[in-house]
Amino acid sequence: MNLDWYVVLSALLFAIGATGILLRRSPVVILLCLELMLNAGNLALIAFSRMVGNQQGQVFALVVMVVAACEVVVGLGLIVAIFRRRLPLDVDELRELRG
Amino acid sequence: MEAVLFFVAAIGALGGAIGVVAMRNPFYGVLALVVHLFSLAVLFLLLTAAFVAAAQVVVYAGAVVVLYVFVAAYVGGQTESAWEPIPAQRFLAPLLGIALFVELSIAVLASSLRALSTDGPSVPAGFGNPAAIGNLLLERFLLPFEASSILLLLAAVGAVVLAGRRGAGGDVGSPSERFAREPGAPDGGEGVGAPSERFAREERPPSGASVSTLNRRVASEEGAPATSPSRGLTS
Repeated sequence: MNLDWYVVLSALLFAIGATGILLRRSPVVILLCLELMLNAGNLALIAFSRMVGNQQGQVFALVVMVVAACEVVVGLGLIVAIFRRRLPLDVDELRELRG
Repeated sequence: MEAVLFFVAAIGALGGAIGVVAMRNPFYGVLALVVHLFSLAVLFLLLTAAFVAAAQVVVYAGAVVVLYVFVAAYVGGQTESAWEPIPAQRFLAPLLGIALFVELSIAVLASSLRALSTDGPSVPAGFGNPAAIGNLLLERFLLPFEASSILLLLAAVGAVVLAGRRGAGGDVGSPSERFAREPGAPDGGEGVGAPSERFAREERPPSGASVSTLNRRVASEEGAPATSPSRGLTS
């Protein structure tokens, strides 16, 4: 397979994730769509690492995975805290910080 | 063979991603994410990144997805209201997504990376296996490795601080009592909480239907009036 297939697939996955973030209003689904975007970035990193022929892109992808795990943990903690306070789980209702 | 595997995995990844965006229930969205992640692991294997593929399956499907499943089950399947704050958001968002895809494709394919339209250079046998990645991580990239471990530690502490149960008493009283009992509650509880709490109790059941029916059943078996269902379980 040519490598541009992989890169175009990763662009498509990134666009789908961005569409989901624009479209959905539940914070859980928005976090899921962030995962989609991060994974699309990982796919592009690994495809380029294969293109160049060294493994540093794969190490970069592993670091991206670590960052994604941290983001998930903190985001889900926030969702649980919001739910405990019985605030509505809808990003359009949670607008206290809007300027 | 490789092409067949690529297209099967690509269709799986695309279907999973579309499922995440399109499913109304977050629980099914998480299950679609599992399909997406496994297909991506197959793609990583095709790109000779064996260790990253294994880490993808273990870290995502093993840990992150389980966390998502727990939170989706805890929060409950809340379907979004059909009310749209931005008019035509439902049509505008896919248009912007398509525009983003076209833009990214132009940026990548029109670049001067001639090697992109090849299969890539031939790589040695141990390319991307755990030994090679471990060598890189522990020798050349030792500092980012340690920094990411500190980041993980901070995230764990942050999650405990955010979602941890304050004042490990059993039942929680009325909201005013509850805020009085939590003097260190961040963000000024009363001002933010009071109207929205009224909103939450009157217009929306605070948790999934299964929890509240369970509580109601327990309460009716005890012969007690079923006041404020699901408070004992959710807080």
